[in-house]
Amino acid sequence: MIRLEFIYALGGLLFLTVAMLEFLDRANPKRYRKTAFWGIYGITFLFGSVLPPFATGCLVILMVLVTGWKDLGASKVKTTTEAERRQSAARLRDKLFIPALCIPLVTFLGTLLLPKITINGQALAAAKDATLVSLGLSVIVALVAALWLFRQRFVTSLHEGRRLLTAVGTVAVLPQLLAALGALFAAAGVGQVVSEGVTHFIPADATFLVIVAFTVGMALFTMIMGNAFAAFPVMVAGIGLPLIVHKLGGDPAIMAALGMLSGYCGTLMTPMAANFNIVPAALLELPDKNGVVKVQIPTGLILLAVNTLLMYFLVFRF
Amino acid sequence: MLTLIGVLIVIVGFALRVNPLLVVTVAGIATGVAGGLNPVAIVSDFGRAFTENRYVGLVWLTLPVIGLLERSGLKERAQELISRIQSATTGRVLLLYLAIRQLTASIGLTSLGGQAQMVRPLIAPMAEAAAEARFGELPDKTRYLILAHAAAVDNVGVFFGEDIFIAMGSVLLIKGFLDGNGIHLTPLHIALWAIPTAIAVFIIHGARLLLLDRRLSKQFKDRKT
Repeated sequence: MIRLEFIYALGGLLFLTVAMLEFLDRANPKRYRKTAFWGIYGITFLFGSVLPPFATGCLVILMVLVTGWKDLGASKVKTTTEAERRQSAARLRDKLFIPALCIPLVTFLGTLLLPKITINGQALAAAKDATLVSLGLSVIVALVAALWLFRQRFVTSLHEGRRLLTAVGTVAVLPQLLAALGALFAAAGVGQVVSEGVTHFIPADATFLVIVAFTVGMALFTMIMGNAFAAFPVMVAGIGLPLIVHKLGGDPAIMAALGMLSGYCGTLMTPMAANFNIVPAALLELPDKNGVVKVQIPTGLILLAVNTLLMYFLVFRF
Repeated sequence: MLTLIGVLIVIVGFALRVNPLLVVTVAGIATGVAGGLNPVAIVSDFGRAFTENRYVGLVWLTLPVIGLLERSGLKERAQELISRIQSATTGRVLLLYLAIRQLTASIGLTSLGGQAQMVRPLIAPMAEAAAEARFGELPDKTRYLILAHAAAVDNVGVFFGEDIFIAMGSVLLIKGFLDGNGIHLTPLHIALWAIPTAIAVFIIHGARLLLLDRRLSKQFKDRKT
């Protein structure tokens, strides 16, 4: 049985390796701080399940303090020149796509098959972990394929990993930090305050306004929390069920489905959904970290309006 | 109302472009204090949630492979293939990917895509190359716009595709929450009502991609080849 913990350990080892490479590069600006940052991140990954939460919390705060006021910046890592890459592309041709496609295909097959294959009555991976375990395995398969097909050395892949990871920068840990912030929001009762605020302002019998308050509320609250799943229970308990379903007689399935999708409109429009919006901007090395959000805002707004109208016209008909 | 202080810190901090890690950490601690939690509980909650959400960091495992592919010329090869297809434009390449991403996500294949796995090594270079094949070298501003669109298409496709799949987290969350409130629905019934929005977003975002094509053609009308 492949436990998710193994895959996390793999991640931890990668981050620790990057920390080591950062340290060994003497010409690296902010060398010690970068080493500390990736080193601590690696430790939280490798030992997350063993460390007491308080210790992890302290490590995370230390890791954040190391980054300081501004980002640490990308490290210069030697890679091929454009001419070399063109030459290599002409030589390897479509072989180049094989490892690239290994990642999604193996992830997909593994997700389907790993929970079904049993050895001594134990599935190879638990169904709930299957996708993540398969992602880890797919990387190993793709890596082996790439090393073999391109005649590269394993060390090169680590240097390349460092090049890309430091290009993403410290933003790489932002999605996890935001999830932690969400947990504190929940513990401190931010949800109740928001839903009380929203319900306080709308007259409960103005049907259209109730619908608008629900869909726009879902989007806004998702923008604050960065996650529609966090906004959903609060808004449905505050407006969806008591007003739309119970008081006005709306259909619960339509209310819930369109409510969640209105939340997704919010996800498109917020930097708080960092793994979807900020991380890709970093990954594509855009100078404006909000570049992706800006492109998504028009679609988010138009779709929110469409969702609101869909809900208004459908929810009382079925 | 004081519990909303964290939200305020995030908005101000992000607007002022302070290091987002610092902003989020300070906002978390402030929220905890305002909510009356003791310091040890705040740090522990922070650590626990950070550990529980390690899965979002697993995507970085792909970077050594992606880097290896890039140094071996994957982008260059993808660009070459696209520039050979006469009818390929940035908007059409992205529209095709939007359709594929939405359809595969709607049958549960959300793992057939992703920002690190697909967008950076394949989709973004193809979208860029389609424009370069038509208009020659692009100014940085246009390049960044095209790259941002490539990332956006992956998000839009997966968000509004996956909700049609009955075994997806969001559908199960809805079902679980309504069950807890005495309303019992089948996952299929919930997923069904995600279809109108899925169609709407394909039309809206698809139209925007074709408008992007028009905008590029207009911007570079004097250097069309």
